[in-house]
Amino acid sequence: MEKFTTHTGIGVPLRRSNVDTDQIIPAVYLKRVTRTGFEDALFAAWRGNPEFVLNQPAYAAGSVLVAGSDFGTGSSREHAVWALKDYGFRAVLSTRFGDIFRGNSGKQGLLAAQLAQEDIELIWKVLEENPGTEVTVDLEKKLVTCADIVAPFQVDDYTRWRLLEGLDDIGLTLQHEAEITVFETRRESWRPTTLPAKHLPSVHIEAARPVVPGPAAGTAALV
Amino acid sequence: MAGTLAEKVWDAHLVRRGADGSPDLLYVDLHLVHEVTSPQAFEGLRLTGRTVRRPDLTIATEDHNTPTLDIDQPIADLTSRTQIDTLRANAREFGIRLHSLGDADQGIVHVVGPQLGLTMPGLTVVCGDSHTSTHGAFGALAFGIGTSEVEHVLATQTLPLQPFRTMAITVDGALRPGTTAKDIILAVIAKIGTGGGQGYVLEYRGEAIRALSMEARMTICNMSIEAGARAGMIAPDATTFDYLKGRPHAPEGVDWEAAVAYWSTLKSDDDAIFDAEVVLDAAELEPFVTWGTNPGQGLPLSARVPDPADIVDENERVSAARALEYMGLTPGTPLRDIAVDTVFIGSCTNGRIEDLRAVARVVEGKRKADSLRVLVVPGSARVRLQAEAEGLDKVFLDFGAEWRNAGCSMCLGMNPDQLAPGERSASTSNRNFEGRQGKGGRTHLVSPLVAAATAIRGTLSSVADLDDAARILQNA
Repeated sequence: MEKFTTHTGIGVPLRRSNVDTDQIIPAVYLKRVTRTGFEDALFAAWRGNPEFVLNQPAYAAGSVLVAGSDFGTGSSREHAVWALKDYGFRAVLSTRFGDIFRGNSGKQGLLAAQLAQEDIELIWKVLEENPGTEVTVDLEKKLVTCADIVAPFQVDDYTRWRLLEGLDDIGLTLQHEAEITVFETRRESWRPTTLPAKHLPSVHIEAARPVVPGPAAGTAALV
Repeated sequence: MAGTLAEKVWDAHLVRRGADGSPDLLYVDLHLVHEVTSPQAFEGLRLTGRTVRRPDLTIATEDHNTPTLDIDQPIADLTSRTQIDTLRANAREFGIRLHSLGDADQGIVHVVGPQLGLTMPGLTVVCGDSHTSTHGAFGALAFGIGTSEVEHVLATQTLPLQPFRTMAITVDGALRPGTTAKDIILAVIAKIGTGGGQGYVLEYRGEAIRALSMEARMTICNMSIEAGARAGMIAPDATTFDYLKGRPHAPEGVDWEAAVAYWSTLKSDDDAIFDAEVVLDAAELEPFVTWGTNPGQGLPLSARVPDPADIVDENERVSAARALEYMGLTPGTPLRDIAVDTVFIGSCTNGRIEDLRAVARVVEGKRKADSLRVLVVPGSARVRLQAEAEGLDKVFLDFGAEWRNAGCSMCLGMNPDQLAPGERSASTSNRNFEGRQGKGGRTHLVSPLVAAATAIRGTLSSVADLDDAARILQNA
């Protein structure tokens, strides 16, 4: 994972609260099997609106998203983080994040920084009055700077350390593989295994068919 | 030391305790996999030369993308077909059990796990899907994870996790006829808000919860994530054990005895301390519906569409105004006057056999309103078979509903089952987000009983609004 120490880039004010991951990337874009190339899907439902903040030239090259409270709630889709990163965002500032989104961000090197509501409001004001203003996010000092605003932010110590060092979680865990093996020897025999597979007898499943449209729709019209 | 249910299950899975702010490493008992959040995880394994540590603790189904019609034909949507084909190839390559479309055990992953008897008390269960909280109904610690974590679990069968806080949600009293588990959880979310549970494991308890069936408990735990919580749990009891006994993967013989003895210890101690507590009285609840674009924007069906001007908190006011604009609703409109175009019955929230029975009891012998379409999508192929064995399919077809094959379907519209722009649904699913059921679609979350009554009358309705309400509620 790429290290994150400090980042400076254009701030994008997203004056909305409760931006769930369905808004960040609608489900229809989740069908891809690749890990990149999601930039076109970011905020897809809003991108058609010329008023939307990312459609304004001054913000289009933004890399620090300044969002309302409860950003990234809802679905677990990590695609939300990929879409933000693919678009060019390196940090998201909010007063509160959905738990899974925050975790996913930490795994992907996107900084989810938690600020006080007053500070978010102040930064919004600066970014709206002077579009294109840069925001600096300093992870070592845990400070956000925007014009003359200097605001502290919170991020859990472990995520901060991993981001600063650019460490891969799986590699870290596999350092403890011997302990995992010991744990497995203690696993009680009542705990389930999926293999060998057990299930009720296999039965043929009839395919449902489209109902013929029209006034006679219903049971009689089944094809 | 006294502990909560969540803490007991957590402690039983500690591979190592983290020091100096680093997370605990927890062992995962059961990893559920589906086609949407897994392809990049398997690709990650290939790129790093890693393998799946415990294929025998892993199971996959196809659910999010699968069509609910013509399932014996190739999937028409090429990107959906590619994603399904990718899961099939990955399952073959890594030796993972997969229940594919057309298989009798295919279905929504959160319906399939419990029906196979794989979900049990005292387990840790994870899946790349936020509704994994469903499995907490058994007293398992179950939560959704992102794709990086899916890869982590595949490679190590563990997850590094910071401890959750705990919140007790006590629901006293008894539900009145016509109200259901869905109304309880919608009322809980409206009370604590969509962010109220963030960082917490919720434990549902109290008289009303104890009285619920396993399937109703799953409905409650399923929507914990809509209150922002990673997980919801209910202490196991005789209802849990009875549900599990005899299922394909349930323990047998001495293992069953040992399991029940252990499971019986899985409850919060009387003097356990929760970080937060919420109390509700089930007897005061009415059928609940959402009017906005997040699951916390809900009200009793007897209420009117709220006026944002009356909301004090600025964020909530702005959010409500935006929601009403999206939903095309006018403040002051009685919720009962809202006409819908589609009724969707299904999803991991309300797509189990009891949900279908409840709907059938209301609609039997009637015809749906001409103004709307009704989709009934069983949560799994086994649920479909069971419903057909009970003749419910005939009830639905005679009613004018469409009887579909199993999957996530219109809950999130990844397959062709979607709302058209501006179309309005009453849906037994879990999310009313903008565009969730199709771009521009408008969703009202409801219980199966409200969905059924709405399908008859054409506007948001409860069973009490029907001419034969007394008969239906008496037999409930």
